[in-house]
Amino acid sequence: MARRTDVRKPAAAALGVDAATARRLLADMMLIRRFEEKAAESYALGKIGGFLHLSIGEEAVADGATSVLRPDDYAISTYREHGHCLAKGSDPRRAMAELYGRRDGLCKGKGGSMHLFDRSVNFLGGHAIVGAHLPLAAGVGFAIKYQGGDQVVVCYFGDGAVPEGEFHEAMNLSALWKLPVIWICENNRYAMGTSIERALAQHDIYKFGEVYGIPAEPMDGMDVLAVRTTVARAVERARRDKMPSLLEARTYRFRGHSMRDPAGAVYRTKEEVEREKLRDPIVLFHARVLETGALAEADVRAIEKDVNDRIDEAVAFADASPEPPLEWLLTDIFKED
Amino acid sequence: MKLNMVKALNLALRQEMERDRDVLVLGEDVGVDGGVFRVTEDLQRRFGSQRVIDSPLAEAAIIGASVGMALYGLKPVCEIQFSGFAFQCFHQIENHAARYRQRSQGRFHCAMVVRMPYGGGVRALEHHSESEEQFYAHIPGLKMVIPSGPRNARALLVSAIRDPDPVIFFEAKGLYHAAREEVPDDPEMMPLGRAQIVREGRDLTLISYGAMLRVAREAADTLAQEDGAEAEVIDLLTVAPLDRATLAASVQKTGRAVIIHEAPQSFGPGAEIAASIMERAFLSLEAPIKRVAAYDVPFVGFARERATVPDVPRVLAAARETLAF
Repeated sequence: MARRTDVRKPAAAALGVDAATARRLLADMMLIRRFEEKAAESYALGKIGGFLHLSIGEEAVADGATSVLRPDDYAISTYREHGHCLAKGSDPRRAMAELYGRRDGLCKGKGGSMHLFDRSVNFLGGHAIVGAHLPLAAGVGFAIKYQGGDQVVVCYFGDGAVPEGEFHEAMNLSALWKLPVIWICENNRYAMGTSIERALAQHDIYKFGEVYGIPAEPMDGMDVLAVRTTVARAVERARRDKMPSLLEARTYRFRGHSMRDPAGAVYRTKEEVEREKLRDPIVLFHARVLETGALAEADVRAIEKDVNDRIDEAVAFADASPEPPLEWLLTDIFKED
Repeated sequence: MKLNMVKALNLALRQEMERDRDVLVLGEDVGVDGGVFRVTEDLQRRFGSQRVIDSPLAEAAIIGASVGMALYGLKPVCEIQFSGFAFQCFHQIENHAARYRQRSQGRFHCAMVVRMPYGGGVRALEHHSESEEQFYAHIPGLKMVIPSGPRNARALLVSAIRDPDPVIFFEAKGLYHAAREEVPDDPEMMPLGRAQIVREGRDLTLISYGAMLRVAREAADTLAQEDGAEAEVIDLLTVAPLDRATLAASVQKTGRAVIIHEAPQSFGPGAEIAASIMERAFLSLEAPIKRVAAYDVPFVGFARERATVPDVPRVLAAARETLAF
């Protein structure tokens, strides 16, 4: 590959990250993608019940954002949270077992796809009620500041949360109390089936930040490096100045809202979906690491194999994990003596 | 020292905040203003605005932020100005505070207290006078506590703050200034989930809590004087979890029960209490269990408040009917 030997454009300079970081970013996005593809298969086989909300197409947001966090920073999310949880460092085997409702799941099988929690990586859960977890993020931010800590909280939500009252309550609190919270709106342009044009009077979601005096910027949610650099700035503001940020990641989900509408074909055109797929964050980043010579095709193949192996292992682990014992039905309601 | 309920609650908050710097107070006008009913008076001056926080008028944000604080390990004691305003944050209580322990299988929990003035007795209007304890008592994962006087209010609030799970703490507005009681200087606690027999009797059991306890006691005194009937009076103190054993033991002794509460009758706490007694003491019952509650209408204040909230004559009528059955 001639480009790899181009000494005028060293990989690090061209990409902005070193080869090890490039490898990790690509591997994490592939891991999320593969995890969710396999989850969809398991859902079709009846092994996963309830709904299943896939973030396929949106991996760059979780991956890019988490890549500039410290392990002791917090993340809190929506029901489309598999990627955020995995990016934060959760064991894919235990995450898959949770989707299966098995006893070795992250929440012993009682949370399910929409409610992954992992204390070991400071992942504060998926939340099914749209917009309702935003005040919680503000509370965690307050507690960090109160205890004199320097961690930050990343709070993911969708464009569907913006018309909810609690979005505005939480923006106001975070600005009023100067909280180290990074609000990341994953704007995939559809609240289930309602397009942003039909739901919001102001389509540029980041502009809501200006009203509250919160530093705000849009970012290309399909470009993992753009997400990384934008979130890094927000992390700096949060950690150093205890200032929130509102970042609008412009992204797109390739699948439907849930497995109920697997293609999401009713409310958007096939042409639109196909056009958006040309912005596939993994394909784009894959091409870029090769172009800049940060990684070789053989490296990418090795990453892919490793990811596939890990997810196969996760599925086997979930399959092998027993059902939770019936007596667990009544546990963990109150603290037991 | 002799304190009314407002001062007793204030004492509990102050001493708990002195004991544990993780205890915070937040709500609307709880700081500079000291709270609509003055329960948080002087706390901000003493502990600062980082620990006694004046929140915007945003109930969902108050409870939601408190859940976040609790997840991190703080112990927020939030005030919702009137229990009638809590529907603005009900979903944060129901969807989040009550469920964190179960949903995360014990890996996260919410040690937090939500204080709310409830009930009638101050000549207020709708949204400022209702009794909504049944909504919270019905939710698995919540404890629903209602004191009946200064001393037990202070002790129960201390216990609620130290409890590892979310506690909804109702304060009867009609009791805030109703009486003063001797309250010990040193913090004392009372176990949650335990009812108290406040008057012993053999002929009838009157079951109540909060502001209705006074009504039950007065009715018991009248029954003793005028009817020669000795009523046992039980103060629930905690509506949920319900102290079923104490209720059943009393009715096994008396054979008769009247339940008094301010919440509307249908599907109210009285229904659960009656069912529990039936399950545990059916063969001891000499008469149908009666309920004296608010009528099944939205709260009618303030002109008709006294007709809405149960009073002594209504309790006496029910008790006499039960005794004569």
